[in-house]
Amino acid sequence: MKSTLKKAGYNKVQKQVHDVFLQFTAKVVFFIIILFAFKLFFAGHYTPGGGFVGGLLAAAAIILLLIAFDQKTVEKVIPIDFRLLIAVGLAFAAVLPTLSFFFGTPFFTHQHTYVNVPVFGEVALHSAVIFDIGVFLTVAGSALLMIKLIAEEDA
Amino acid sequence: MTLIHLAILLPVIAAIGIGVLYRYYRRIHLGWFVLPVPLLIVIYLFTLIPRVMNGQVIYETMQFMPRIGMNFDVYIDGLGLLFAILISGIGALVVLYSIGYLSTKENLGNFYVYLLMFMTAMLGIVLNDNVVMLYLFWELTSISSFLLIAFWNTRDRSLYGALKSMIITMFGGFLMLGGFITLYLITDTFSIRGMIDALPMIQESPLTPFAIVLILFGAFTKSAQFPFYIWLPDAMEAPTPVSAYLHSATMVKAGIYLVARFTPLFAFSNLWVWTILIVGLFTMTWASFNAIRKDDLKAVLAFSTVSQLGLIMSLLGLGALSLATGANDELFTVAVVAAVFHTINHATFKGALFMITGIVDHETGTRSMKRLGGLLTIMPISFTMTVITALSMAGLPPFNGFLSKELFLEAMITVLNADFGAMASVDFLIPLVAIVGSIFTFIYSILIIYGIFFGERTHNTPKEPHEAPALMLISPAILSLLVIVFGLFPNILSATIIDPAAMSIMASDAPLGTHLAMWHGFANPALWATIAIVIIGSVMFYFKDKWMFIYDYHKEAFTLNYLYDQGLMYSRIGSQKITDGYMTGYIRNYLVYIFGFFILMGLITLMNTGLHMDFSNFASVGIQEVILSLIVLIATAVILITRSRMVAIIMLGSIGFSMALFFVFFRAPDLALTQLAIETVTTALFLVCFYHLPKKSRHEERMRFKFTNFIISLGVGVLAIVIGLSAFSNRLFEPISEFHIENVYDLAAGGNMVNVILVDFRGFDTLFETFVFAIAGIGIYGLMKLKLKRKDEDNEEHAEESRI
Repeated sequence: MKSTLKKAGYNKVQKQVHDVFLQFTAKVVFFIIILFAFKLFFAGHYTPGGGFVGGLLAAAAIILLLIAFDQKTVEKVIPIDFRLLIAVGLAFAAVLPTLSFFFGTPFFTHQHTYVNVPVFGEVALHSAVIFDIGVFLTVAGSALLMIKLIAEEDA
Repeated sequence: MTLIHLAILLPVIAAIGIGVLYRYYRRIHLGWFVLPVPLLIVIYLFTLIPRVMNGQVIYETMQFMPRIGMNFDVYIDGLGLLFAILISGIGALVVLYSIGYLSTKENLGNFYVYLLMFMTAMLGIVLNDNVVMLYLFWELTSISSFLLIAFWNTRDRSLYGALKSMIITMFGGFLMLGGFITLYLITDTFSIRGMIDALPMIQESPLTPFAIVLILFGAFTKSAQFPFYIWLPDAMEAPTPVSAYLHSATMVKAGIYLVARFTPLFAFSNLWVWTILIVGLFTMTWASFNAIRKDDLKAVLAFSTVSQLGLIMSLLGLGALSLATGANDELFTVAVVAAVFHTINHATFKGALFMITGIVDHETGTRSMKRLGGLLTIMPISFTMTVITALSMAGLPPFNGFLSKELFLEAMITVLNADFGAMASVDFLIPLVAIVGSIFTFIYSILIIYGIFFGERTHNTPKEPHEAPALMLISPAILSLLVIVFGLFPNILSATIIDPAAMSIMASDAPLGTHLAMWHGFANPALWATIAIVIIGSVMFYFKDKWMFIYDYHKEAFTLNYLYDQGLMYSRIGSQKITDGYMTGYIRNYLVYIFGFFILMGLITLMNTGLHMDFSNFASVGIQEVILSLIVLIATAVILITRSRMVAIIMLGSIGFSMALFFVFFRAPDLALTQLAIETVTTALFLVCFYHLPKKSRHEERMRFKFTNFIISLGVGVLAIVIGLSAFSNRLFEPISEFHIENVYDLAAGGNMVNVILVDFRGFDTLFETFVFAIAGIGIYGLMKLKLKRKDEDNEEHAEESRI
């Protein structure tokens, strides 16, 4: 991203990129956003949130790192191939609906139950979460892939 | 989900394991791990024979999408079981053969995954009661066939053949779906058995001819009947195990299966029976006539397969014909039994012949008959098997082909005795065409034996020929053995497999008690027909060089292949021209198209329905909404007049965040959250796109006023407001949100309705949206990595501009 802006003639940005404050804040805020993304993801079934928003926010967190640091650093910190992320996400989203056959129910029927876990008390287990993982991963992977590609093409 | 469902899905499930295994373990040939799959299935199917033999049918259902009547209903009767045994049995032999044929250097992972996928698809077709599921599996066979033909995907001929087969079979398959839907409109069920129960409705309905024609398109394209047969010879570019399996023994028989399955439904119709009979007979004769001039062994076998499929097709037509006219019950039985029996026989001898061709190709390096010859002493085992199977194909005793061929001739000749009313004057043509076709069949069968094994050694083969390894000989040897066993003891099949299959084609419960025998006495006309075929065929074979010139009259420009190629080429050029006509490369032009169409449709709707607006129920406008609207308006105005891109992007972001605030005010936290997240990501996206925008600013000159754009934007704005207002004012239906609110906890155990709608109530939408998202990501990946050539050329300016 740094080089993008530089080549585009935005020399002032160059100075900002080395901004210690931005980098330090990004380090902290990154974890806050990521945690918030996971919170939204898991809370989605009962309160606002869900896989789509969660995935976008997780992508946004990594994009923040891309802005604050450069692409090489981010690749070192998060060594994930975003294409793989998309593939895994699609696999989750596409395979889960077929699992309902094991319960003798039509395609895409979700199963849910409640279990008692010692510390947390009653916890809901819902197969929709697995589907949502797929959505989460695909959305995050696609958004990151697009931005990363467009940013690196000139480099 | 029962054991039968599992048996059908086993190959696909195994394919996942096989694909993973191949990635990590390559010491042993992958085929050995695949082999147990078809073996297990065929053993399981054999255990079902006693039940089906006694007239039971096995029916198991698995709910798939019950709302739209699409369930995985497995229905096993004689016909389905026969095909299923063929598919899994030949499948096992082909896998065994492929272990010898394909070296470990090939991409075996792909090969076996496609093959297993095909196996499931094929089993799904023949053991299915639901036509929608049948269609699904039908298309899956087309896809796996496409992938297998293009297995050697660096060869141009492979790609050409693969594309051709897919275009033709999918064209037919799609029309067939139309036929199924037509049947659904008539009978209100997707179940084949349900349709048979509703036979009177079908007989009365004026839609039936459409259904018949559409379904026959599906059957004829798949079974390579005239004029659609042209894809099959080109499909021979596939590896030989694939040709033996898909393009002779199983997949091309799917059309036969379909016709047999729908015979109880449509046999009353003259359209159905005459089309099948005439197309079948003509295909048989035409293809066997064309087979003779081919030089490539596999091409000969391809045309021979087309011809034999035509033979089976015509038998089914004849069977249905005698039922339609009520002419002769016995004739009907003979024809159907012959069709079933010949289906089995063809799978055995043609499968073996393909495998032997593969052996010859493998050991000599060529399939051209000009370069082969005199291999008798070098490849004695292959020679023996070729003689057995080729003579069976020619219809000579004591092989199984003789029995079914004789039944065929008998059925075709006894047509003369039947009374077909108006058609009585030309019915002599039926046996005549059948016998002519059989003569050519005899000639090319002899030609195959003679071309490979007799004559002079040419010493012109790329490899020094020698006998094949034992591994490759086992499968054709088993099939050749079956050819003899079925020839000598045909009655081991008659009660167990043939009768149940024939009974399900005829939809009757009465046992047939078929007894097959070689000798029927001198009075049998089929015997004399066979003798005549052998004599005429031998004479013609001897004087082959004298009459081969007639093929020269068949000019290239008059062939169907020429038609196909030209049609494909001109449709490509035509669509290129049309696309070039409106794809200018400027996104603003596309927006004009899209919004212009939107306005047009909106105006038409408004003119048809009129405008109803009711302002009484509106909530009062608060101060915060006014402020937000002002922010949006100002930001929009700034985007239009600003000279800096950075400012424009920030303003665009502020509009998005204002929208999010609107959602907050209207108590839609989910939407607000999503809007916020999207706004953040798209702003970042805009930032990285900076570099790709042209250097010069859009606003260096004064912006000109564009009238079209003004009209369009005004129209869209007004229309959106009108639609919003009128949608709010009158509700035609109860809002579905009531249902969602009531059931969100009971049915889905969730608290957040929006999310429950996304993952559960309307989960399909989300699933496909996820796919769209992924495709967009991968598409951009392709675009960025492809580096279009255009950029390197001198019109770089244009390429740059096109991105705006």
